[in-house]
Amino acid sequence: MTPRLIRQGLLTVFLALSLPALANEPVTASPAASPTAPPTAQPLFADVAIETRLTHLSRELRCVVCQNEALVDSPAELAGDMRQEIRDLMTAGKTDQEVLSFLTSRYGDFVLFRPPFKPVTYLLWVGPVAFLGFGVLIWFMALRARRTFQSAPVNSAQLAAAARLLEEKT
Amino acid sequence: MKRWLPLVFFMVLVGFFAKGLFLNPREVPSPFIGKAAPTFSLPVVGNAQTAFSPADMKGQIWMLNVWAPWCVSCKVEHKLLMALAESRTAPPIVGLNWKDKTREAQALLARTGNPYVAVPDDLSGRVGIDWGVTGTPETYVIDRAGIVRLKHVGPIDMDIWLNKFVPKLKELGA
Repeated sequence: MTPRLIRQGLLTVFLALSLPALANEPVTASPAASPTAPPTAQPLFADVAIETRLTHLSRELRCVVCQNEALVDSPAELAGDMRQEIRDLMTAGKTDQEVLSFLTSRYGDFVLFRPPFKPVTYLLWVGPVAFLGFGVLIWFMALRARRTFQSAPVNSAQLAAAARLLEEKT
Repeated sequence: MKRWLPLVFFMVLVGFFAKGLFLNPREVPSPFIGKAAPTFSLPVVGNAQTAFSPADMKGQIWMLNVWAPWCVSCKVEHKLLMALAESRTAPPIVGLNWKDKTREAQALLARTGNPYVAVPDDLSGRVGIDWGVTGTPETYVIDRAGIVRLKHVGPIDMDIWLNKFVPKLKELGA
């Protein structure tokens, strides 16, 4: 059998099998035809406001298992537990700031993707700007040096010597 | 001299990066060092009627070892923990069963030996979060006043025991 024939054969079998399924689908899926009410999707969480806050806040938090992943995305089990913990704290009426201090008191500033501005992080925050300033300074100094460039002094004796050398050439 | 300056800067930068490359990213500094150990009260594996609380250990130096029956690297340090428990030179070790079934923990300890004075059962992992646990195994040293003095992430081997734990325990007067 040629590959073409095999493909055609498979296609025919597939169509034959799927046609009844296609024909039945609208009937079984129709809510009107079903005697009981169709199952409606249950919300995954009870409180939309809290879930919104949780999602927002956990984007700023590091998963301590998969360290470069945000808590909001991490599939790690511990991340799930921590999200639940945050959810519970929020349900108990804690503010975002209180939730953050709860977590940093346990896991340190390490859980924050944006470390706070304090003595140990001065260099971290100011460093890039300082380096940029340093680079700009060097740039200006180089430009200035170029602008104030002076040609080497030439005296008449040297000019005469140069003229002599040129005349020597025949 | 001036022309070497960029190279000097570059070498300093390379120095920092090289150091960063060999740091262990799992070694997250614990904010609990020097602070009071978080309290909890959990049922003990093998006897659900009794509860364990860090307050029970007050007045003595002790270690909290966070482990789980499914954890492979916990098996690595198990032998050393057994030796430490038998030698009686090490402080008592409490083994927090983190996020695994009581039955599993009990079966494993019965089979391989139990180096712990108590095995509190943290099925939900809440106590683990309170202690800032990021995974198993983790080991904490708590002093007589109930202050956390040391945290180690990962299995303990002889080298780590001798160079990290023993000096700290000596300092605490164990």
